[in-house]
This record gives sequence, C-alpha cells and structure tokens, in this order.
Amino acid sequence: MPQDALLRLEAVSKCFPGGVVGLDSVDLDIEHGEFLSLLGPSGCGKTTNLRVMAGFETPTTGRVVLAGRDITSLRPFDRPVNTVFQDYALFPHMNVAENVGFGLSLRRVPAAEQKKQVAAALDMVGLGDKIRARVAELSGGQRQRVALARAIVCKPRILLLDEPLSALDAHLREYMQMELKRLQSSLGMTFVMVTHDQTEALSISDRIVVMNKGRIEQIASPAALYDRPATRFVAGFIGTMNLLDARFVGRDGALLRYLSGDLPLELSADANALATDGQMHTIGIRPEDLVANPQAGAATAPAKINSIVFHGRALRMHASTAGGAALVIDAPRQAMQPAFDVGDIVHVSQRPGASCVILAA
Amino acid sequence: MRAAGHRFAAGRNWLGAYVAAYLVFLYLPVSLIPLFSFNDSIQAAFPLQGFTFAWYGTLVGNSALSGALSNSIVVGVAAAAGATLCGTTVAYMEIYGRSPLAQAVSMISRLPFLIPGVIVGISLLIFVNLLGFGPSRLAIVLGHILVALPTSVLVMRGRFASIPRSMSEAALDLGASDWVTFRRVMLPLSLPAVGSAFMLAFLMSFDEFIVAFFLASTEPTLPLYIWSQLRFPKSLPTVMALGTMILTVSFVIAGLAELLRRRGLSQMTSRPAPAGPFKP
Ligand SMILES: Nc1ncnc2c1ncn2[C@@H]1O[C@H](COP(=O)(O)OP(=O)(O)OP(=O)(O)O)[C@@H](O)[C@H]1O
Ligand SMILES: [Mg+2]
Repeated sequence: MPQDALLRLEAVSKCFPGGVVGLDSVDLDIEHGEFLSLLGPSGCGKTTNLRVMAGFETPTTGRVVLAGRDITSLRPFDRPVNTVFQDYALFPHMNVAENVGFGLSLRRVPAAEQKKQVAAALDMVGLGDKIRARVAELSGGQRQRVALARAIVCKPRILLLDEPLSALDAHLREYMQMELKRLQSSLGMTFVMVTHDQTEALSISDRIVVMNKGRIEQIASPAALYDRPATRFVAGFIGTMNLLDARFVGRDGALLRYLSGDLPLELSADANALATDGQMHTIGIRPEDLVANPQAGAATAPAKINSIVFHGRALRMHASTAGGAALVIDAPRQAMQPAFDVGDIVHVSQRPGASCVILAA
Repeated sequence: MRAAGHRFAAGRNWLGAYVAAYLVFLYLPVSLIPLFSFNDSIQAAFPLQGFTFAWYGTLVGNSALSGALSNSIVVGVAAAAGATLCGTTVAYMEIYGRSPLAQAVSMISRLPFLIPGVIVGISLLIFVNLLGFGPSRLAIVLGHILVALPTSVLVMRGRFASIPRSMSEAALDLGASDWVTFRRVMLPLSLPAVGSAFMLAFLMSFDEFIVAFFLASTEPTLPLYIWSQLRFPKSLPTVMALGTMILTVSFVIAGLAELLRRRGLSQMTSRPAPAGPFKP
C-alpha cells in the first residue's frame, strides 16, 4: 500500500460494552483535499467511524494513521482534526467571537492575530456582522455556520462533520451544501462528512463510503457508485435499481450475455469476469435502462403493467414478468406513444447501449 | 361520559382535601412559632394575649446568642464550601469520567442519606477522638460536610448530566485538556448549580442538630443554643422569635437556591432563535 494517504484506518473495529458492534474491520484511505462522505442507514456506524477519527472513541482493534503517524491512542486535543457537531455544540456562555476564538486562545495565538483570524473565519461563512452576537440570538443556520467557522479557524488537517445539515430546512440545506463544497475547495481542506441523505452525498462528495452494519460496502465516486454499485445493498440504497436473478448464457467479445427469465440482458465486462455457462448471478439494472415496447421484438420479454406512477419527466411503471419477477421501468413521458395502461402487456428490453452490473451478495 | 366526568371531579375533590390536610399537618405546627413569637405572653397557649415585638428585642445584645449565631455561620460556610467542592468533584468524575470507580465513589458519597444522624454523630465522635482533636468546630465542620455531601452530589450531578456531552467534546476537540475543559466550559455552565449546592449545604449545616450535638465542645451552634434555652420556660418566647427569624432566612436561602438551579437549566436548553426569512 502506498504511504501517501492523509488518514488511514487499518482494520479498525469498535465493540461497545454489551456486545454492540459499531465498526467491523474498517479499512479506509482518505486523500489530501478530498470531500469524502460516509453514507449509510441509521445505526450503520457512520458516527462511530467519525468519532474514531476525532479521538472520542478508541478502536477495540486496528490502527488510525494520520500522515504516516499512528494516532490511535491520541486524545482529541492532541489531534490536528476538528469536528462540526450535529447539534453544533456552541458554548452558550460565550459570544460568537469567543466561540470561534476558543481553539486559537488555547494555541497561544497572540490576541491581535486571534481577532484577525476570527473575523476572517466569520467572513468566510458570511457572518461577519454577528461577531458580537450571543449564541442564543442566532438561528439554526447561523449556529451551524458559527460551528463551521469555529472548526476551520483551527486549520485542521481534516474537518469532520456529523450530519451538519440535518437540522436545517430543505431550502437552507441545499444552499449550505453548495456553501460547504465551496468552502472545502477554496480552503483546499479535507472534509469528511457523515450523512444519511444519498442526494446530499451524491451532489457534493468527491468520493462516497457506503456503510452497512459497521462494514464498508463500497468506496467510489458518486458517478461510479450510481453506475456500478458493487453489492446488492449499495444497489438498493442508491437510487432505484432492479435486482434480477439471471443466468450466464455466453460471452460475445467484451459483452457478457445473461438471461433473466425471458429477458435478455448484456453487460460490458471491463474486468476479466470468469463466468461459466449456466452460472446464476444477481444483475442490477436501473429503471431508465429498461424500455417498454408496444410490440414484441427479438430481445424482449413480456410483462404486465401493475401500476403507473407519475415521476416528473418520466412515468414509472411497475410490471411483472411471466416468471414472476418484479420490474420497475422508467419511460420518458414524450416517448409514451401509444400510452400504456395498467393491465397492458408490454415487451421489455434493455435500452441499447445501456449496461447493467453484477452485484455481490 | 358524564358519569365518568363526575367521578373524576369527585376524585379531584378528594385529592384536593387530601393535599390540604397534608399541608396543614406539615405547616400548621411550624406556623405556630411565628404566631406565638408575636404573642404578648410567656406561655405558648391560646387565647392570644395581644401583639408585641418585645421578644425580638430580647434577641439583641444577647452575647451567648450572637456567639452561637456566628459559630453557626462559620461552621455553615466552611462545611458548605467543603461539601460543594467534594460534591462537584465527585459528580464531575462520575458524569464526565464515567469510570466504574468514579461511579462507585459517587454512590458511596450519596449513602449518608440512609445513615441515622445518631450513628453519624457517635461514629464521628469516636473518630475525632481517635484523630486527637476531639469535639470542636473543626469536628462539626467535618460532620456537616458528610451530612451535606449527598445533596451537593445530587445537585451537581443533575447539572452536569443536563449538559450535552457534545459540549465537553467540542472543547476537547478544539484543543482543551481535561482540566481546561472543566474550567472554561463545564464549570461556567454549572456555576448556578454550584451556587445552589453551596446554599443548600449551608442550610443543612445551619439547621443541623444531632451531629453538632455530639461534636460540639464549648462553642454551641445555633440549634444547640436553642435546645439549651428550652430548659428555661421563661426564654421560650425568645426562642420562638429566634425560630421565626431562622425560618425566614431558611426559606429565603432555599428559594434562592432553587431559583439559581432553574435559571441554570433554562439557559442550557435555550433553542435556536426562530429563523427569519431565508437570506443567503
Ligand atoms: N456509546 C455507545 N454505546 C453502545 N452502543 C453504541 C454507542 N454508540 C453507538 N452505539 C451503537 O453502535 C451502532 C452504530 O452507531 P452510530 O451512532 O455510529 O450509527 P450512525 O450510523 O451514526 O447512525 P445514525 O444515522 O442514526 O446517526 C449502533 O447500533 C449504536 O446503537
Ligand atoms: Mg450518527
């Protein structure tokens, strides 16, 4: 393994008293200057993972290495890492400037320099005019930004954010997502953000770590995660995906051919997938990569429409094949000529040029 | 529906009567003391004989009384300081440190609630004799620290537990050591409770009789002085005037302590200001 990752978790496990497994042998490399999101359902260990990085939890086994230095047993105050807490954790007995200057005052930064940096940090988050305000006078969004300023003013090697936007309303949240992204790239700082909102993770992350039951399911860029989910869990968690049991029927150059019931599927094998004839795999295909044709064709399978749901630019059809497999198909609304109805038989095919993916259990 | 409503109302009446009886039982005897302290008679008996401030006059210039009073104040302040210090430390270690040892210590420190005062008094008497300094003001102070400790621990524990864990974690995260976290974040946030614990501990010491009875030497505390005066029927009205003043001071201090405790709590749970119209 190369030694250039900024933060590396090596086989980190965390068992809580009572036998709850918070983290299960997590390996993770965080690169300089990236925006990494930890994504997963409630209770999957995202917060625990972040707290191990911050130093609030000591791993039961495994190592935490920051820029080549083992920091596994360092206390939080000895780590060049800062956290934005989910409840912001602003000190109610200090005003905004004192909150933001707290970290600097502990580092023995001269008072004049402190003032300058506090003002700069507050300007950066757009709260330059609130420097003398009391915490109780701030709105939720403003508190969030003070918490952000308080952490970045310490110039951490890594900024950890635990669901920083979850307490904000939808409008403000979208705005703050862009703000976070802008801050991160203008500072060139490494951000690690916990979220359970896949849209949020997909829209602002450089890479996403999908976690489930204390384990890492997949680490990938948003596009790769969407296009090539590695496991059933990721496929089900990110967007909507049809999970189909399919039989391998042959190879055609770089294309692998499968048959799911009567529905022929093909996927381009970039890896040297060693499939043998007759082998069963779970294949994932997005609803928009399926086409509902009015007429039967060479590579179509009949399916009966059970329901049609309006989905903005597409109509989402739930259909079932003769073999009983449930399909979700997104049809662009203009292309619905002629219109289908519930109960109709359509002939489903894979959209030409679209690929599907093999999913691990 | 209607019948049930009636029954409910009847139940409420009974409950009201019960509470009223309870309050009368609790406070009627106590209220007799101020009543008779203004009564122009040496006997504490009905009918009342007329209104007088004379008994309060006898309190002034009584050197034994003022000696006992200043004794009680010195002992009370010292014991309250000790109990608050110990209580804060024990409660902080329990809530913040969370080690099994700290939890055990905290539990043990809350135990004296269950030990009868007589036992505490006798055992402390033996103890201070063994230590060599014997009955003295210092002995009373130590005894009263023991008596007030459970209350201090409970008050401080409730306070520390009400501070979100993220508050101390944020301080640690920003580079504060354990001590700096305590001094700059946790202590300022619990100052009202410290004041409250101190006042309650002072009150407990100020009103405490039995432990002081065993541990006092020649310098009695106020309750001991009152007890000694009860042997003289003539001084009963003076005692009642004194009792009334002690009652008043006690109520005021207890009220202040509760006020402080609540103020601290409400400051902690202040919600974000309502978000105005959204302006990026
Ligand atoms: N201090 C603790 N003691 C015992 N169990 C804990 C503790 N902290 C977390 N856990 C358990 O560890 C598991 C992972 O918790 P964690 O808080 O990391 O989840 P999460 O992914 O952040 O979930 P959420 O999205 O709900 O915040 C959960 O089952 C949780 O109950
Ligand atoms: Mg969490």
